[in-house]
Amino acid sequence: MTATLEAAAPSPAGEIPSFTVTMRIRRFNPEVSDEPTWEDFTVEAHGTDRVLDALHKIKWDMDGSLTFRRSCAHGVCGSDAMRINGRNRLACKTLLKDVNPDKPITVEPIKGLPVVKDLVVDMEPFFASYREIMPFLITTGNEPSKERYQSPEDRARFDDTTKCILCAACTSSCPVFWTDGQYFGPAAIVNAHRFIFDSRDEGGSQRLEILNDKEGVWRCRTTFNCTEACPRGIEVTKAIQEVKRAMITRAF
Amino acid sequence: MQTHQYDVVIVGAGGAGMRAALESSKEARTAVISKLYPTRSHTGAAQGGMAAALANVEDDNWEWHTFDTVKGGDYLVDQDAAEILAREAIESVLDLERMGLPFNRTPEGKIDQRRFGGHTRDHGQSAVRRACYAADRTGHMILQTLYQNCVKQDVEFFNEFYVLDLITDHDLTTEEIAAGEEVNATGVVAYDLATGEIHVFQAKAIIFATGGAGKIFKTTSNAHTLTGDGMALAYRRGLPLEDMEFFQFHPTGLAGLGILLSEAARGEGGILRNSEGERFMERYAPTIKDLAPRDIVARSMANEVREGRGAGPNKDYVLLDLTHLEPAHIDAKLPDITEFARTYLGIEPYTEPVPVYPTAHYAMGGVPTNVKGEVLRDGVNVVKGLYAAGEVACVSVHGSNRLGTNSLLDINVFGKRSGRAAAEYAKTASFHELPDDPTVRVVAQLDEMRNRPEGERVADIRKALQDTMDLNAQVFRTGDSLNEALSDIRELQKRYRNASVQDKGKLFNTDLLEAIELGFLLDIAEVTVVAAINRKESRGGHYREDYPNRDDAHYMLHTMAYRRPPEASDQAEGHIEGYFDHVEEFDGYKVVLGSKPVIQTRYEPMERKY
Repeated sequence: MTATLEAAAPSPAGEIPSFTVTMRIRRFNPEVSDEPTWEDFTVEAHGTDRVLDALHKIKWDMDGSLTFRRSCAHGVCGSDAMRINGRNRLACKTLLKDVNPDKPITVEPIKGLPVVKDLVVDMEPFFASYREIMPFLITTGNEPSKERYQSPEDRARFDDTTKCILCAACTSSCPVFWTDGQYFGPAAIVNAHRFIFDSRDEGGSQRLEILNDKEGVWRCRTTFNCTEACPRGIEVTKAIQEVKRAMITRAF
Repeated sequence: MQTHQYDVVIVGAGGAGMRAALESSKEARTAVISKLYPTRSHTGAAQGGMAAALANVEDDNWEWHTFDTVKGGDYLVDQDAAEILAREAIESVLDLERMGLPFNRTPEGKIDQRRFGGHTRDHGQSAVRRACYAADRTGHMILQTLYQNCVKQDVEFFNEFYVLDLITDHDLTTEEIAAGEEVNATGVVAYDLATGEIHVFQAKAIIFATGGAGKIFKTTSNAHTLTGDGMALAYRRGLPLEDMEFFQFHPTGLAGLGILLSEAARGEGGILRNSEGERFMERYAPTIKDLAPRDIVARSMANEVREGRGAGPNKDYVLLDLTHLEPAHIDAKLPDITEFARTYLGIEPYTEPVPVYPTAHYAMGGVPTNVKGEVLRDGVNVVKGLYAAGEVACVSVHGSNRLGTNSLLDINVFGKRSGRAAAEYAKTASFHELPDDPTVRVVAQLDEMRNRPEGERVADIRKALQDTMDLNAQVFRTGDSLNEALSDIRELQKRYRNASVQDKGKLFNTDLLEAIELGFLLDIAEVTVVAAINRKESRGGHYREDYPNRDDAHYMLHTMAYRRPPEASDQAEGHIEGYFDHVEEFDGYKVVLGSKPVIQTRYEPMERKY
């Protein structure tokens, strides 16, 4: 006999009954038409299914051309940020039951980046901003022969911003970024924060100078969309504020 | 079609690929081709830690680490490779710290270390703190740090490019290679997902770092994209795959979902309990209990369920109990995995035990390499200019069962080694000529799949494959169950020839790529099962209920599996006569099994007790 999970599918939280849900998806295929359209699909969902499960059901059983990115399927790779019922979320971390499945659930690509096909956007501008803030440890002098020491308190100082998975949920929820694609955006600032507040790093002033630019942190209007959107629970707006404060208090 | 020329081409941008790139791009013109954006790679899902005998918090040394690795792998480990792994672990961790990795720290500011399964002091005396970690997102921090350093070094990436063929200057599936004759890897063919265009990359050296194949199973901790691409490409080109029957089932997947909950949960004091609340690991591994190696814990859990002591309405899982730990401790050390339990099962780990069951996690086997990362084309000879590192490769440091925290270590040690070796080789090597049309196979394959007007759905075939693998080739296996799986796979291979896609377009056609990936999965599942049928013993992650004991007299050998046309030879260089002389015929090809000796240095095989 072989042990199997076949019967375990409902899982302990499986008391939530199955239900039918309508997925209203923003479709765009430049090989077919220049205009995006809405398309509804009705799928059977289990109690604990996520939005990603519903998208897979559509792609695998109904329409293979539905296009989206996904990989890890549990909220750590950052592939499947999308706009679900008007809010940026990871499809793999959003349970259908939590986004009011009684009404059609709308799914659109994240905003502010060029749409390639259906829910897929061109991520290059996003990564270009990230690369610009020098997202790597900058040190001078000889490397130590063992590890650099860092106190647990110093390590804790930037812990929150090390959680970033570069999914772009924050940046593409930012109204400033929507109107001005040149703005660095929250994700790049979060990743600058991760190094500016790392006690081992000596490149803080260079990064602050970059972010002091007209497309830098001062564009932030503190709307908190980014903090709400972050699937990793990073206090994004707070991090941006801390970078602003560092600019004022640190001479560079 | 576009053609590129690089000294070194690295396929895959997870931990191993990027670690290799950081070495090779300093010395040679290097390109990294990846089917995902680098930060999406599954290295980022690794949680618990990276082993290295730093002795930062208690007495430890690399020799103990070597022993644990050998014993953990049930003595199928090549001991010279395990020694390199354990020795170079220390420098590998320090490399990462200097690159900026934010490890958790001791009160004095050193890299902190914690306990993990199978890692012990003084050859099994008690559990030792050897895992260097960053909360429960160590893999995430490694992936980010390596990518950050690739940005710093301006490494060139081709993102969302799928490598679909490996080019060599000899056809290894049919040609008899004369003694002393060189076989060279000359390039790869890739498909640009965004445009649908074909690109040819000519290279002096190629490193495969494509990761694992967990999607041959239904219940898995692996990403959707882990479809065994690199293994399958090498295998189809006539290269052997080593020890494919050994697949690790991680004990603590979220029940019903397979999402990984790190062994660090037990390293930090978590306890596995059955429906009676009993700490059952005390019966199976009296000394280190819940921190026994994964194969033993997974089997013990499955056995509890089988004997009726499973928890839940269907009695089909066991419980991971963290409720005796301080919430503050859980938040500091295990924030992500407790969040998974809350998000996906609605369980609050502070107050309720978490339902868990083994989940397919890691391929111990893969493309055989030597300790420089050079790929073997039989038991003895290498392919010049071809390297492999990480889960796609089999060095073999994991033998028949990998210890937790040894894979983040493996990608760093052997990623670095293969990157260095490839760049070194590329300095003196020259480009080899490519065939007149190197894309012919890939174009034919894509066209055939895209142009088939109607046929079976890819998802249906994939689901049937994953179902049979979970049912018949999981923690417990028998000759009968494995033969059942093989007969299902034969049928599915036939159905696959009639599969079709609905998306016929050129741009971002993920429908087409999923169909191609299914072909890889079928081939990898097939060779896994054939090798498992042949190995009539139980060792590490391969447990045969019809042969419950380890059989060193007959099976202390690595399996080497080759896929060849029916008329090709049944022999391979370096093969040892014995229980591995098996040929399995399929429709249009055959799988030939051979073997390779296990390298033993210091440690005589002993009975494995914990």
